[in-house]
Amino acid sequence: MPIAKFDITESTCVPLPLENIDTDQIIPARFLSATSREGFGENLFRDWRYLKNGQKNMDFVLNNQAFGGKTLVAGKNFGSGSSREHAVWAVYDYGFRIVVSSFFADIFKNNALNNGLLPIVIPEELLKKLLKLVTDNPSAKVGIDLEKQVFTVLPTGDSVNFEINAYKKECLLKGLDDVDFLLGMKEGITGYEKRQNTAQ
Amino acid sequence: MEAKTLFDKIWDSHVVRSIENGPDVIYIDRHYIHEVTSPQAFNGLRQRGIQVFRPQKTIATADHNIPTKDQHLEIRDELSRNQVARLAENCKTFGIEYFGLNNPKNGIVHVVGPELGYTLPGMTIVCGDSHTSTHGAFGAIAFGIGTSEVEMVLSAQCIVQPKPKKMRITVNGQPGCGVTSKDIIMHIIAEISAGGGAGYFVEFAGTAITSLSMEARMTLCNMSIEMGSRGGFIAPDETTFNYLRSIPSLQGVASLDAAEAQWRKLKTDNDAIFDKELVFDAACIKPMITYGTNPGMGIPVDASIPLGDTGGNEATFAKALNYMGFKPGYKMLGHPIDYVFIGSCTNGRIEDFRAFAQIIKGRRKAANVTALVVPGSKKVEEMMQNEGLTKIYEEAGFEVRQPGCSSCLAMNDDKIPAGKYAVSTSNRNFEGRQGPGARTLLASPLTAAAAAITGTISDPREFLKN
Repeated sequence: MPIAKFDITESTCVPLPLENIDTDQIIPARFLSATSREGFGENLFRDWRYLKNGQKNMDFVLNNQAFGGKTLVAGKNFGSGSSREHAVWAVYDYGFRIVVSSFFADIFKNNALNNGLLPIVIPEELLKKLLKLVTDNPSAKVGIDLEKQVFTVLPTGDSVNFEINAYKKECLLKGLDDVDFLLGMKEGITGYEKRQNTAQ
Repeated sequence: MEAKTLFDKIWDSHVVRSIENGPDVIYIDRHYIHEVTSPQAFNGLRQRGIQVFRPQKTIATADHNIPTKDQHLEIRDELSRNQVARLAENCKTFGIEYFGLNNPKNGIVHVVGPELGYTLPGMTIVCGDSHTSTHGAFGAIAFGIGTSEVEMVLSAQCIVQPKPKKMRITVNGQPGCGVTSKDIIMHIIAEISAGGGAGYFVEFAGTAITSLSMEARMTLCNMSIEMGSRGGFIAPDETTFNYLRSIPSLQGVASLDAAEAQWRKLKTDNDAIFDKELVFDAACIKPMITYGTNPGMGIPVDASIPLGDTGGNEATFAKALNYMGFKPGYKMLGHPIDYVFIGSCTNGRIEDFRAFAQIIKGRRKAANVTALVVPGSKKVEEMMQNEGLTKIYEEAGFEVRQPGCSSCLAMNDDKIPAGKYAVSTSNRNFEGRQGPGARTLLASPLTAAAAAITGTISDPREFLKN
């Protein structure tokens, strides 16, 4: 289905300075039994957000009222493991629109882009600096210019270009979806099948 | 002509269109679906008012959330029952072949696809499951996708995908006694880390790889995703062709001979250049076990846990060890365990159960161990019975269940309790993967069998000496 247009230009951040955060942590498997895309935000990072007794874990950053915003900043290799798109739906449904890390697992990155969640890769050094800055100063903001592909840490002025392919950038900016794109090229696809003799 | 890698040859021949400054539109030859990651994709089709474009190229099975007991009865858990019912209904509505519970073809998607002959060399194969990399064992480009991409394949038999970089991992020599393909891949992941393959598609090569059986190759390719790579494959050879010729549904198929002539050409050219090359010596690989909370945190079973994270993130390392109840420098051999799980798309095939039985036969499991044996498919279950393996397990005190993903991701009742240690032949040791608070120790079927007998983390080589 068409995605919402990406129109965020600046935001505060939620820091999560752990590496290799896998999709089982983002949304545990026992919450995957729904058949719609909605409502997964409630269980985002479920087993870190809640203690065994069901109480909120007040040491976890999502339960710390000082932190908020549309940008999640996490350690390297964010979104590894299971291909579950539910992980992206959970991050998005919770209210995040941007995830910043020094690199993302491939499937998570594709899933994010397909749902209007912008994954921004920044150098490891800047990531460490940013994590420290926002941990110490929760009101610190970052700037996002998707059109120009520029990410800026506003209080320090540190600024980097980030990569996104031109096609996906246009999809995000205009709220377009790959299925519509593919449905629009059915002739090309049947032509391929004829050449390969593989329609059946 | 320019020298090409096998990956380039297969990928390039499946490009329907290259988007300028963007990804490729790739044609998909085989699409597998299951109950957990497909319902939202079918919802999308309904909202758009469209049909499945090529229903005969998609195969469905129920595996992720199903119970492994009393499969002839209605599923008790309401959400799981609903999800499986939705898959059956979606397949019926859209004309897709479906292997539901009690169908003799049912089983874990990455076990049934290959054993029924749906996975063939040179194909592009996707499924809404990261362990789709398993099918790379046949020389197919196979990788996991998200549900939006499942919807793309259902709608147009294509996905929009950036072309990954190429890596070759060569494993020379032959591994020693008690070292399986699970140990080879766990060794590689421990060396390059759980994110070391990100952005790459891997070709495995070398004598230690080409001498593996098809099932061992599936285990290896299955876990290529655990180093973050897009997938991993092995060029098809005689082992591959012999395996395919043994599949009943492919026997006597006239086009198979012609296909085989094409498959024989599926090789990386001698001068082809990879973006990255790694070389390992099989003789240096020992039986492996994990100590932490990602598959990169693995060591030889007789080694000590590292003193710190080589990557430098002490917070992540400390959190993992705290979760596992281990200390840096701790030698794990002899540490008591509570559960053993053999099964999953990684090690749920007949060879895995034969290897496990090799150590179990004539022995009894330790009293402190709860052991769960879960075949990867109905066919594997039947073979286990026919070969007398089920009897060996039951006599040793193991519970043999019905096929499914089971404890690998614990969506059903097969959960490991909080704080308990499980030696598991599955693929992920993430926090809570086998149940909230569960502590997973990934290992091969041989290492799992040794642990089941002694009740502690043990070296399988002790049981294989004669």
